[in-house]
Amino acid sequence: MVTLVKPENMVFSRPQAFTETSTHYCPGCTHGTAHRLIAETLMEMNIVDRTIGVAPVGCSVFAYNYFDTDFVEAAHGRAPAMATGIKRVLPDRCVFTYQGDGDLASIGMAEIMHAAGRGENITVIFLNNAIYGMTGGQMAPTTLPGQRTTSSPNGRDVELSGFPLRMSEMIAKMDGASYVVRRSLHDPANIRKAKKAIRTAFETQMRGLGFSMVELLSTCPTNWGINPVDSCQWVEDHMIPVYPLGDYKISLSVGDLRL
Amino acid sequence: MAKELIKGNVAMAEAAIRAGLEAYFGYPITPQTEVLEHLAKRMPELGRAFVQAESEVAAINMVYGAACTGVRVMTSSSSPGVSLMQEGLSYIAGTEVPAVMINVMRGGPGLGNIAPAQSDYHQAVRGGGHGDYHPIVLAPASVQEAIDLTVLSFDLAEKYRNLVFVLADGSVGQMMEPAELPEMRPVVRQDYDWAIRGRGENSRPKRILTSIYINPLDEEIANLRMLNTWYQIKQNEIRFKEYYLDDAEYLVVGFGTAGRVALSAVRKFRANGVKVGLLRPITVSPFPDEILSLLAGRMKGILVVEMSQGQMLDDVLIAVGRQSPVHFYGRPGGVVPFPEDVEREINRMIVSDSKLVTDPRKAWLDRALAKI
Ligand SMILES: Cc1ncc(C[n+]2csc(CCOP(=O)(O)OP(=O)(O)O)c2C)c(N)n1
Ligand code: SF4
Repeated sequence: MVTLVKPENMVFSRPQAFTETSTHYCPGCTHGTAHRLIAETLMEMNIVDRTIGVAPVGCSVFAYNYFDTDFVEAAHGRAPAMATGIKRVLPDRCVFTYQGDGDLASIGMAEIMHAAGRGENITVIFLNNAIYGMTGGQMAPTTLPGQRTTSSPNGRDVELSGFPLRMSEMIAKMDGASYVVRRSLHDPANIRKAKKAIRTAFETQMRGLGFSMVELLSTCPTNWGINPVDSCQWVEDHMIPVYPLGDYKISLSVGDLRL
Repeated sequence: MAKELIKGNVAMAEAAIRAGLEAYFGYPITPQTEVLEHLAKRMPELGRAFVQAESEVAAINMVYGAACTGVRVMTSSSSPGVSLMQEGLSYIAGTEVPAVMINVMRGGPGLGNIAPAQSDYHQAVRGGGHGDYHPIVLAPASVQEAIDLTVLSFDLAEKYRNLVFVLADGSVGQMMEPAELPEMRPVVRQDYDWAIRGRGENSRPKRILTSIYINPLDEEIANLRMLNTWYQIKQNEIRFKEYYLDDAEYLVVGFGTAGRVALSAVRKFRANGVKVGLLRPITVSPFPDEILSLLAGRMKGILVVEMSQGQMLDDVLIAVGRQSPVHFYGRPGGVVPFPEDVEREINRMIVSDSKLVTDPRKAWLDRALAKI
């Protein structure tokens, strides 16, 4: 990489856990932010060489091109099952899935619930952008009441299409889940909190403490039809009231971690 | 090792263990469940991975994950469960990772019943899931063969990075016979240059396993590579059992239990000096089409016997062409034919004029309908 900045003046650069590949994400999309937080965490924990990622079907389908770790690509919604298969034969590796809300909360509902129920010792990074990004903006199970999408053109009608699913709340109820929190990527303060949660989630796994999931409220400026800056405001104004940020499950042993 | 009286399902499960099975993921379904139950006990005992998954969809995707690490992994199921696995099987094929699946077939379609059937032949040999791919399909007719083919399935899967199915039917899974299990092989993790296990202490370059080739030209190349592998498999791995073929004038073709029942009938004719032979495909995919085509030229008639509406029949017809008349006898829906049934059908073939049968399935159907 050609660098025009003197090393002593460098305050920000590509984490080494990333490859040189440019991402295909739309400008202003928070998938990139989430990737960066994961990459930084793997580096800080010095586990890049032991990590195996499981990419989903969704906009992050090519996540495997961006991280400099081993990666596999799952079928739509099946990442937790695939991660289970890997983790059971390689229990000392760090295995994580990265999943959107269509992937995790719709087609992959059974796989995520049972992975959590089994207390599978994996980490799930769950990007909730309240829409199907990759297929062009259809309604997701997480779409807000009244939210317009290409398959709810008049706004999600709860009489017709039911109510948003709150995955963190549901999964937190399960005995198998050890660490389940919801954070947001819409402003720097929240991004810092998200980073800390991602660290705790990976620590949970690497110490063998069980299933961990970080839900990240995210933006999809392209399919929301809102510019990137206003999208962040939209998260704050509309998503957080439906999906409150917070710690939904911290098992006793995870609570004892001093990071 | 000495022979012991052992049930087909248990035998296949134990054979897989002795072949070095490191991980099993499955879901209960009759008539296969003893495979899962045996492994539920044995795998944890040996410190190997066992998970009863929440569904066959999850089970096959767990298999997919473990297969990407290059360990010996398998699942087992029966017809409705195998339908549910088609998504994962297609992904495994598209990623070119080795994996084994045992299908102990039962009557269908739909929920069907739990009796032995062979009606998943097309689903198995034609791929079943979406996209172009070719699984290797091995069809045992006895408990001993079920053991031997289960062991072989892992070697073939690894050699070609290909899916291998053991296509048993309910009677092979459920019957008890004296059979000999192989010695316990040590578990070896081969150092494959494609296996996903983390970059490791020496920080080797990252590896990716995926079934996506977003550029159609790349996907086309992947398809050609897979087809090329398939032709190597066709060249090296076709297996069949032949009985009394040297001087045969009539040929019976059947696989698995139907082939075994047909053998009893063929032996009866031989005892009376009638020149009938049997070809029993072991690999129903790749199908032994060349030998069949060679034999067809000198046969006065060929009878296909199946526990289905006639699925392998299609492959026989392709191989035989117009060389000799092909007849069909089927028992679909979970019914196992008796040797006497097959004897009657062989007789029918012998007394029929040796004109080509335009639609052997329809001819059989008309006879079958007339009886109910
Ligand atoms: C079995 C199957 N059904 C449907 C699709 C089409 N599909 C691809 S991505 C997607 C939705 C992804 O949405 P989400 O998980 O929310 O991720 P995002 O794109 O928003 O990041 C769908 C329905 C598919 N690839 N496979
Ligand atoms: S479509 Fe939406 S989720 Fe997908 S990359 Fe673009 S902004 Fe991000």
